[in-house]
Amino acid sequence: MKRRKFMNRAVLGSATTILGTDIVFSSFMPKGYQPLVLQQPDPFKMFNKDKGMEVLNDKPWNIQAKAHLLDDEVTPNKYMFIRNNGLIPENIDAGTWTLTIDGESVKQQKTYTLAELKSKFPLYTYQLTLECGGNGRSEFDPPAKGNQWTVGAVSCATWTGVRLRDVLEDVGIKDDAIYIGYHAADVHLSRDPSKEPISRGAPIPKALQNETLLAFKMNGEAIPIAHGYPLRLVAGGWPASVSGKWVKRISVRNKIHDGEKMTGTSYRVPCNPVAPGEKVNDEDMCIIESMPVKSLITYPKSGATIKLGEQLNIRGHAWAGELEVSKMECSIDFGAKWTICPIEKPVNRLAWQHFSAIIDFPKKGYYEVWARATDSSGVSQPMLLPGWNPKGYLNNACHRIAVKVD
Amino acid sequence: MEDHEKLAQTLKQIRKLMVVITFCFVAIAGILLYVMVNPRLASFKSKEPSQEYVTVPVAEEENFDKIENGIHVRTGLVEAEGLIEVVNNCTNCHSAKLVTQNRMNKERWIATIRWMQETQNLWDLGNNEDIIVNYLVTNYPPKKKGRREILTNVEWYELQD
Repeated sequence: MKRRKFMNRAVLGSATTILGTDIVFSSFMPKGYQPLVLQQPDPFKMFNKDKGMEVLNDKPWNIQAKAHLLDDEVTPNKYMFIRNNGLIPENIDAGTWTLTIDGESVKQQKTYTLAELKSKFPLYTYQLTLECGGNGRSEFDPPAKGNQWTVGAVSCATWTGVRLRDVLEDVGIKDDAIYIGYHAADVHLSRDPSKEPISRGAPIPKALQNETLLAFKMNGEAIPIAHGYPLRLVAGGWPASVSGKWVKRISVRNKIHDGEKMTGTSYRVPCNPVAPGEKVNDEDMCIIESMPVKSLITYPKSGATIKLGEQLNIRGHAWAGELEVSKMECSIDFGAKWTICPIEKPVNRLAWQHFSAIIDFPKKGYYEVWARATDSSGVSQPMLLPGWNPKGYLNNACHRIAVKVD
Repeated sequence: MEDHEKLAQTLKQIRKLMVVITFCFVAIAGILLYVMVNPRLASFKSKEPSQEYVTVPVAEEENFDKIENGIHVRTGLVEAEGLIEVVNNCTNCHSAKLVTQNRMNKERWIATIRWMQETQNLWDLGNNEDIIVNYLVTNYPPKKKGRREILTNVEWYELQD
């Protein structure tokens, strides 16, 4: 009974944050009555997402885009995937929000308000590719456990904030520092306050990169709540789970960060390749760092029908984790012949790149247009699924769309 | 002519006044009546509200676990033996969508339950564990996909450029 009362209050609390307004006379509401918004939460309204987005999970909220929704060069909020491990924090007050830098390898523990961060350190803006480590999981066989992302758990928005490096230099880090780990304000699904839903991080070299930000803004505006308001760590090119949302604390560690979802099978793949379905011991799993080379055809939407003799304009984006995409190719015959598609340079390091092509079809019939990117080290996307792994990460197989020529 | 208009206007104003007075009367009467019935103004105090009993219509109760086309509407789970045990034990912390998205064999469904018990505060399922695992394996078994599936459910449309 007490628990229910607590839950109810908690739910009402979150409703007020989401609605941005108090429920007037909420104490007069009959017991057991739930306001309409809570009975049927409309995630599209709640998070300002396009109706075409796909809800994979509503507790916790996990929502993905579709390839054709990601056509913009800079992903707007409405097409940005949401991946949550826990519950979105309630009653966020940016005015009192603080960030603490602590851990074994800081010279001193230090706490900053958001205003201090903004005034003390220079601001930088970068367009950064964030892709969920499990994007493409739905294709693995045997199936991997978790949210069954298809292609839409990737985005490339602009992020504005201070460099994590500048903050760490201000705090002072010891020579034995090897990793940073974030701690955030989100709530564990079980509502157990002693549990963190997720607390991941990155090795010091990644933390000290120019593009690794403590961000206040996304696409020039305050970060939407679902994407980490008021402060998010953003580390482009790595699994998006490194980019901790609602960050309260960053620990500088003298060992590999051992927070929630850093260990076991989480965001790890077998160090050595394994057969599909093979059991892998935890100690044989290695942490995912840079995401692999990948691309997406964002125009046209799969299923286009054109007339024989018409040309098809296609376009999309390609990215390669820490690296750059150096070559883009397309095929309309399942990879028998590949044609080079022009690809632009990224606006900055770790931003996705845009490609386009004009395609002629020799005769009527069913076609698939396949796209294949190659990174600056010469590694290309596979046409088949890459190596199976227990949690279904890193599927960077070529994207394709169906086209019919009448 | 002007007099006539003036008269009409005066009448209008009188009618307005009458409406306002009547409204005030009704409001005051209402408040007085409320204070007579409930002199302590209890419902304006949010502290320790008195126990309220709400009659829930039977039809609504039935709707709560409504099944449509073999699907439990509230959760999206398949209607089959073990459904209620799954609803009661597996949808407290996370959405049923996390169940319906996944396909696993018996060993991996059990491993998932163990993982939730060890790290996510899932309780001991007791006798319900067999029922739940059986439900999951029967209704959400793995499906062969091979190294790459064909494109399915393509929505064809005419491309206008």
